[in-house]
Amino acid sequence: MLKLSRYVLHDIVRSKVILAYTLFLLTISVTLFQMEDNPSKALMSLLNIVLIVVPLVSMVFATIHYYNSYEFIELMLSQPVSRTRILMSEYLGTAASLSASFLVGVGVPVLLFNLDEVGLALITTGTALTFIFTSLAFYASVLARDKARGIGVALMLWFYFALIYDGLVLTILFAFSDYPLEQLTLALSSLNPVDLGRIFLMLKMDVSALMGYTGATYKDFFGSSFGALYSLGILLLWATIPLWLAVRSFNKKDL
Amino acid sequence: MKRLSCILLSLLCLQAHAHTLTVGKGQPFATIRNAIAAAKPGDTVLVKKGTYYVNNILVTKPITLLGENMPLLHGADKYEIFTVSGNRITIKGFQLTNSGYSAMNDYAAIKVVDATNVVIEGNKIYRAYFGIHMANASNCTIRNNYLFGLTKTEQTTGNGIHLWKCNNMLVEKNEVHAHRDGIYFEFVTHSLVRNNYSEGNIRYGLHFMFSNDDQYFGNTFINNGAGVAVMYSKKVMMHRNRFLNNWGPAAYGLLLKEISDSKIEGNRFYKNTVGIQMESTSRIAASNNRFEENGWAAKVAASSMDNSFTNNNFQGNTFDIGTNGSVVLNTFNNNYWDKYEGYDRNKDGRGDVPYHPVSMYSTIIESNPNTLMLLRSFMVALLDKAEKALPSLTPENLKDDQPLLKALKL
Amino acid sequence: MISVEHITKKFKKLYALDDVSASFHKGQVVSLIGPNGSGKTTLIKSILGIVQPDGGTIRFSGQAISNQYQYRDQIGYMPQIGRYPDNMTIGQVIDMIKNIRNNAGARLDEELLESYNMQALLGKNMRSLSGGTRQKVSAVLAFLFDPDVLILDEPTAGLDPLATEILKDKIMAEKEKGKLILITSHILSDLDELTTDVMYLQDGRLRLYQPIEELKELTGESRLGRAIAAVMKSGYTQLQPTPGAIIKNMEVHYA
Repeated sequence: MLKLSRYVLHDIVRSKVILAYTLFLLTISVTLFQMEDNPSKALMSLLNIVLIVVPLVSMVFATIHYYNSYEFIELMLSQPVSRTRILMSEYLGTAASLSASFLVGVGVPVLLFNLDEVGLALITTGTALTFIFTSLAFYASVLARDKARGIGVALMLWFYFALIYDGLVLTILFAFSDYPLEQLTLALSSLNPVDLGRIFLMLKMDVSALMGYTGATYKDFFGSSFGALYSLGILLLWATIPLWLAVRSFNKKDL
Repeated sequence: MKRLSCILLSLLCLQAHAHTLTVGKGQPFATIRNAIAAAKPGDTVLVKKGTYYVNNILVTKPITLLGENMPLLHGADKYEIFTVSGNRITIKGFQLTNSGYSAMNDYAAIKVVDATNVVIEGNKIYRAYFGIHMANASNCTIRNNYLFGLTKTEQTTGNGIHLWKCNNMLVEKNEVHAHRDGIYFEFVTHSLVRNNYSEGNIRYGLHFMFSNDDQYFGNTFINNGAGVAVMYSKKVMMHRNRFLNNWGPAAYGLLLKEISDSKIEGNRFYKNTVGIQMESTSRIAASNNRFEENGWAAKVAASSMDNSFTNNNFQGNTFDIGTNGSVVLNTFNNNYWDKYEGYDRNKDGRGDVPYHPVSMYSTIIESNPNTLMLLRSFMVALLDKAEKALPSLTPENLKDDQPLLKALKL
Repeated sequence: MISVEHITKKFKKLYALDDVSASFHKGQVVSLIGPNGSGKTTLIKSILGIVQPDGGTIRFSGQAISNQYQYRDQIGYMPQIGRYPDNMTIGQVIDMIKNIRNNAGARLDEELLESYNMQALLGKNMRSLSGGTRQKVSAVLAFLFDPDVLILDEPTAGLDPLATEILKDKIMAEKEKGKLILITSHILSDLDELTTDVMYLQDGRLRLYQPIEELKELTGESRLGRAIAAVMKSGYTQLQPTPGAIIKNMEVHYA
């Protein structure tokens, strides 16, 4: 598996897009930390980068990379290599290089300027979102017939998770505000990895405000380490399930 | 001068006549009760180290009860351990445990009724319903005591230090845990609460009811139901206290209800769900305080008026100010808000555009608490930006016209 | 060695393969012929597992190949259009495939590498290669591991006459070793001297699969091309080995 991933990584690193992404993140992080005299405020701004930019870049890059690797995949298919291995290598190579970019671009500045629980949570979330959205992109790419459609689907998915979904949740919360919605709200946020990542970060950043909730469910959720474990667990599912589906349909696909 | 030396002389005389009655195994007195019965005004009853099963020791003479090496007085879960009434009584250096509980009576480890000049000092009180209970007392001192309550519910646990109808009292350097209220004042005037430490009490760290002209400073309130509640009172001065980690649905660093003409200065509010909650308050001046990493630095109900916030630092709070109406009768001036994004072209250290400390989303959360879930989402950021450009939900005149660009050194 | 049993493959409504059955043995050089879109490449890709048939079974040495990949170790495949990762050099591609097939110690057949004088080109980027050179790379890779089965999809298309001759000699040599060689082609003249059997596909159906000697005898044509043309004209399927009779007892599929 790793042997193949190495070629994938090699290919990605040479494409220079990943280098541009790293530099982009690095510039933003360093600028933010230097502009704000309070590093925790810079962290707040970085949070938006992590929740918006990381999923977007991960999805678009992974989709484009998948289609650009078609030759490689074709070549591998005629070799004694299993399809699962081919796709997993592509996935690991892509996710690893995107994560490496993130860790250099955001992780290193955070470690240098604001090494605390919030900083570490931010790094964890960003890395998790990279793996998740690469996984989603792979599933979309395996299903979509051509590159244009694949990128279209990727952008739609990003738009949905980053913005539309929260709008829908807000609408639901207001439409049914007379009903007890505690559990529903928690369940709804589990259905969106961006929301989950955000909640995982809020558990570190805004726990004072979160504890203002009246419901017992929330108190249990936010008050103990259960909340953090729960969101990490679901994030893990968000990375593995689309990948598993992608491998499954890739195994049945004509190439 | 003559008078002074006269007083000194009489004190010396008293000292000369005072006796020490020793209680303990192999000592002149086997029980404290007998020693007290034998004591004359001004005498000291010295209790040696050991465990004494006692109940309801009545102290009405002006004497000093002194524990040597912290003797343990066990109340066998009945009645009170000391019931004190009178003048010039000191109780010092005891461990008191297992006083009684009753739904009818406010049993306390030490109860002081109708007394003056009583000193309760350096005692440790465990598993008491009420710890130190004073009613109708004046000029008393409660100092250096350590109290650890029953850790039960609000109804079955009494207050740590409970003062009712008192005046000119001093409560200092005490540490109170696991009581209903750490320190409770009702109808207490002209009194001072300083350098106490109140942690993990079920209701409030410090509670004022109908208590005017008091001040408290240098106290620390950690992780109580609410740090301090001041209700139906006037002229309370609150200085240099620390309100930390008071978390929960109804948890505040400082809860102010129907209070007026008071000052809040130089305090630190750190990691509370709500730093200060103001309801129907008036003429309260909050200045030089630090509000850090609270859910809401302050919630000011629309029923409050003529309150002012000046020269405070607001840093790392999820929300700065929350309110529940559009009428604003309070002022905010010259504060530092870390969320301020304005500019200062004339370089006078004050921003040229006003800061609106009430964010739209905090208003939305106020009306639908479940939406707190969407805090910090991209969509909410967009909504907040839109609201900043075109205010519609937030009270437009709740603003700081001269926000500071740099944090004050507090 | 390879048996194809009732293979069917549909692309949308079109049958690419319609109930095709055949078996291939060691020592055979099978020419797969038929017009464009007749299903030749689909059949080859099915054997390689790149295309997944809708029905039927393909066996390799008796084992069904569905979801298997290890059998490809014994196949050398030269695709119709060799596509390779753009930013790798010829040398890197060859090294990569060597690395992946991982038969360390096994004898490598580098004869074509030498006869195409490929060593001089090892540093060249795949992107800059002409179609002919790519075909040479594909040929080198197909023969490199000395596999038991060679599957060559239009091997001479794009090759210059000299390179074609070299390839032909190579195929001849491999034939001598008793390997199974499948060649698709729509022009036969190049290769008819190598062929031992002819398989003719049309519209996804197997029209004819016979030893070349038999075919020549049946059609009375001595040249393979003309023999095939005769079959195509007749519009019939399997020719019966009745000496003298060209067309007899045929199942008519198309008017």
